[in-house]
Amino acid sequence: MKRCRMLTGVNTTAPTRLPVLLPSAAATIGAARRERHEGTFRLNLKLWHGGALLLLLLIFLGVAEAANGTREGPWAILWRWKWFVLQGFGLNLLISFLAMALGTVAGAVLGLMQVSLLAPVRTSSWVVTQFFRNSPWLVLLFTVMLLLPFEIEIGDTVFPIPDWTKAVIGFSLPIMANLSEVVRGAVISIPSGQWESSESLAFSRRQTIWMIILPQCFKRMIPPWMNWYCILAMATPLCSIMGVEESVTHVSQAMAAEDNRPDLLTPFYSFLLLIHFVYTYPIARWTISLERKFAVKL
Amino acid sequence: MEAFFEWFRALYEQSGWNFVFIYEQYERERFITAMWTTIKLSIYCLLFSLVVGVVGAWAQGAKSAIVRNVMAGYIQVFRNTPPLVQILFFYFVLGTGLDRAGLMPTYDAGGYLEPMLGAFGWAVISLSFFAGAFNVEIFRSGIEAVPESTVEAAEALGYSRLMAYIYVVLPLAFRVSLPALNNNLVNLIKTTTLAYVIAVPEMMYTANQIWSDNVNVPEMMIVLFIFYVGLVAILVYFMHKWEHAMRIPGYGT
Repeated sequence: MKRCRMLTGVNTTAPTRLPVLLPSAAATIGAARRERHEGTFRLNLKLWHGGALLLLLLIFLGVAEAANGTREGPWAILWRWKWFVLQGFGLNLLISFLAMALGTVAGAVLGLMQVSLLAPVRTSSWVVTQFFRNSPWLVLLFTVMLLLPFEIEIGDTVFPIPDWTKAVIGFSLPIMANLSEVVRGAVISIPSGQWESSESLAFSRRQTIWMIILPQCFKRMIPPWMNWYCILAMATPLCSIMGVEESVTHVSQAMAAEDNRPDLLTPFYSFLLLIHFVYTYPIARWTISLERKFAVKL
Repeated sequence: MEAFFEWFRALYEQSGWNFVFIYEQYERERFITAMWTTIKLSIYCLLFSLVVGVVGAWAQGAKSAIVRNVMAGYIQVFRNTPPLVQILFFYFVLGTGLDRAGLMPTYDAGGYLEPMLGAFGWAVISLSFFAGAFNVEIFRSGIEAVPESTVEAAEALGYSRLMAYIYVVLPLAFRVSLPALNNNLVNLIKTTTLAYVIAVPEMMYTANQIWSDNVNVPEMMIVLFIFYVGLVAILVYFMHKWEHAMRIPGYGT
């Protein structure tokens, strides 16, 4: 970090009541910098969003029900397919859990490699991180889905690799790269005094990292980690493009089974959005509250 | 140039690495069109999303409560739904809806009528609105960071409200918004791959066609990666330069 000269009214409190920019400017810029490290965007879910979705679902169900002649009502159809859709959502959750677990382990290793003292390790892990961070999720997903074989032979037995396990790997790659940045960001955010004092207490580098730096990083990494989990959970429907049998695929299959009636479109999709909301909202709120709790007060 | 193309043909014959889009003229044309389409899509979306952002930020400060509420609703809807759903909605619901209602102007495409807004047009619209919703918030937080006293001072110097907005507020606000804008635009470029789902012949879609025809998935994937990472790198490079050039001396570290 570059030292800057102090300018009254610009980066210190103004002696007058006429500052160039309000304090919120520094917060905006700081938030953008942090976002670069921790996540591309921050979820901004509010409880009334869920209410609005529910309202949308009910209004369209009501309209379709009222316009319905002799055919079966959309509510009954939705009710009939609910377990099918929820089963698809279950696969979304499974994919998100496994991809997060895989991505976390790989990301932690990659992140620690990024703060290594060995230049080749540092550079190569930086390249890998930037590469996977900056390529679109869809491209990564396609790569993994198409390049991995659909079965592997070990000896005489053939192990089939189902589509969804490939999706897990496809999703874990961008998560890995982004969490690697989170780890690196957390490590370099620890004041250098911590490094220096542990050195003066004769800790080795390994001990410093494991016993002094990482325990302090851990708390800071939890909110961005959860934010990335939310992003991942919302991104899992992407794999429906490749025909993985998850919630979006199940919804379109259910609608196809009901002759693709146009009045079912909105109820089914708003039901799907509602499920995702009910799952993501509590996690997003929890992330925000943890962030407040863990905020370092200087 | 021919020698360069032929080198890749020889590479295929010797090693099996099939970069068919280099030495096969038909594939090459298709590939270059796709690259150009993605770049065009990105640039159009960038520009339109900026326009949406500036106009939206201005509308958020409007006197009329209706305009403000409409803006707030737009931002909430577009920020909180997946862009994939937005694209599908724009193309299949609005696009086909307008077509059926006969509201979409058409042009004569050699014997049959084509709607004025095809998949490409709808992709530009939906992605611009998606990124624009974020840009509105970004610009608004920038504008809010400019003290009211600065505007008053400008007015005291004889600026009209609009002039003060253009010459005083926006230049300051813009500098505050630039880092966040940078993040959002990078995200936008990555999101353009989603135009794949409505069959816009951009990189992702064409690469898919090429590997379906030639069974050269690994080669196409490598090229896709290089292309997108390169595109993002170019944008980030220029945005960083710009950010640096535009920074307020002494502000921040």
